Amino acid sequence: MNGEAELRSLRFRAEREGDWKTLERLLGKAEGVRASQLTAAELMRIPLLYRSTVSALSVARATSLDASLIAYLESLTARAYFFVYGARANLAERLTRFFRHDWPMAVRALWRETLIAAAILVFATIAGFALVWSSPDWYGSILPDAMAEGRDPTATTAFLKDALYHDYTGKPLTFFATFLFTHNAGVSILAFALGFAFCLPTALLVGQNGLTLGALMALYAQRGLLFPLGGWLSIHGTTELFATVLAAAAGFRIGWAVMFPGPLTRLDAARQAGRVAGAAMAGVVVMLVAAGVLEGECRQIIRLDWARYAIGLAMLVLWLTYFYFARIEETPS
Amino acid sequence: MTAVGTAPGADKFVRRFITPEGADLSLRLATGGDRAGAFLIDIVIIVIALVVLSIVVGILAVSVGVQNAEAFGIIWLLGFFVLRNGWFIAFEAGPRAATPGKRMLGLRVAARDGGRLGFEAVLTRNFMREIEVFLPLIFLISASAAGDPVEGWVTIMGLVWTGIFLLFPLFNRDRLRLGDIVAGTWVVKAPRQSLAPDLAAAPKVDGFAFGREQVQAYGVKELQVLEDVLRRRDKRTMAAVAERIRGKIGWYEAPFEADEAFLTAYYAALRGRLEHRLLFGHRRRDKFDKA
Repeated sequence: MNGEAELRSLRFRAEREGDWKTLERLLGKAEGVRASQLTAAELMRIPLLYRSTVSALSVARATSLDASLIAYLESLTARAYFFVYGARANLAERLTRFFRHDWPMAVRALWRETLIAAAILVFATIAGFALVWSSPDWYGSILPDAMAEGRDPTATTAFLKDALYHDYTGKPLTFFATFLFTHNAGVSILAFALGFAFCLPTALLVGQNGLTLGALMALYAQRGLLFPLGGWLSIHGTTELFATVLAAAAGFRIGWAVMFPGPLTRLDAARQAGRVAGAAMAGVVVMLVAAGVLEGECRQIIRLDWARYAIGLAMLVLWLTYFYFARIEETPS
Repeated sequence: MTAVGTAPGADKFVRRFITPEGADLSLRLATGGDRAGAFLIDIVIIVIALVVLSIVVGILAVSVGVQNAEAFGIIWLLGFFVLRNGWFIAFEAGPRAATPGKRMLGLRVAARDGGRLGFEAVLTRNFMREIEVFLPLIFLISASAAGDPVEGWVTIMGLVWTGIFLLFPLFNRDRLRLGDIVAGTWVVKAPRQSLAPDLAAAPKVDGFAFGREQVQAYGVKELQVLEDVLRRRDKRTMAAVAERIRGKIGWYEAPFEADEAFLTAYYAALRGRLEHRLLFGHRRRDKFDKA
């Protein structure tokens, strides 16, 4: 038995080892910070080396009893698998695909949830308005003092008016815009994530948003300032509220899938819902950046009511066209 | 030792994972401990980065005067936002699909269906962390700050409710957290392994000739235990193992015979025999296997 010149598994390893090392080196390069270091020829070699390593793994499992060799091949194959079958489209391609296909498709697919979330928002706004209109006492319980920033029923009309047209020349507007963006993005992400808890918390969050909005509108309406407030709100509000509604819609989709998976397993239903919801959420973040700029910068600079309304309306038309009326390529490029 | 040679499923964290080429990668899932460890490492890095960011921005802001510090305020706000929300997303969307914490523990995120890990999946799984980690945290903070008993009870209920989300991975066998469920992902072990030299390739030493009976004493399981012992090269273990093998196969120990040399030679002989049998379709699992 000892007279055997060499084990077959040793010969097998000696023949293939070079390929494995090459693959390991190329993967190291590909996974590194600068994947662009790979030449086209090297990039082409990875799938070939991957396939030969997969077959080497099968052979090794069948013929070799060297546990460390098999462990090495398993780890190398898995690494190469994730690279070969992973996303390798560059950032520009991914972005193009996202804006031309994934985002509008996701929003379109969420139309039912979007309508429900919008209905909740509108209903809550009307409720908030009605409550404060009938009895201003409600105002304090809807808007906490910190949020009202002095805009409460005891404030003078002049003060309320000034809040709409305050001159911010020389004030740090970009900082304000950034703050608004990060704050609103946080709220939207929360509204989305809460959807998992059977939709209800998301609905409450949207409802609370609406109540606040309605209460503020009632306060200004009682002083005959509803029209200017509308301009002040709509310049960014059409974008921001749309984004919030979409985030809530994405949350609803997930919560609904978890509650009523239909013919799918609960796990598959959640995953399918998550795919659509995730694309919509990426878009929500983009919308909130736009809303932050509109609210933090444009609203402070533009102090004409009709101009504010015009911008708000234009943004709404823009979003609606982009989401629901623009042609989407069925097969993404 | 790895679970190589045992059927997938024998280890409760190994999952069959068939590539389009038909090979089973037998992926090993990360345990709850791995996941928690990776997350803690990331959080520590993020907190340190936040503190450093705050100090640097603070110093710069003071040096230019608070009136002109708008740019630094923006940097801080965005830095905070990006660190909190973007850290995980940016790293997991990269080619290694793992945050620094996961890399340190040899983990990576993968799509459960074996497909491509999309950006929206990465986004979804990380946005869900909002209710898995940050919401319980908020309830925890407000529970400790709550004044009146009613408010206290409400926050405790909230804590229990969100605690379910936090501990969710421990209640399913794939260790999926909510984000994984919604995004269709899981976290697998993908350690980088280097190729160790083959023990059977060691140069032959004269004086070790084993008879047929002697190389039939053991099976694959024992062979791999022996491999492990030889790779560790712990003198006492090797002496003990050599002692047992000599006894079992009736080997007459030559004077000054080195344990390691004996074990290496026996390993090569045993592997030769077992691999030879393997070619004929007989895989002798262990010493009790009569195949």
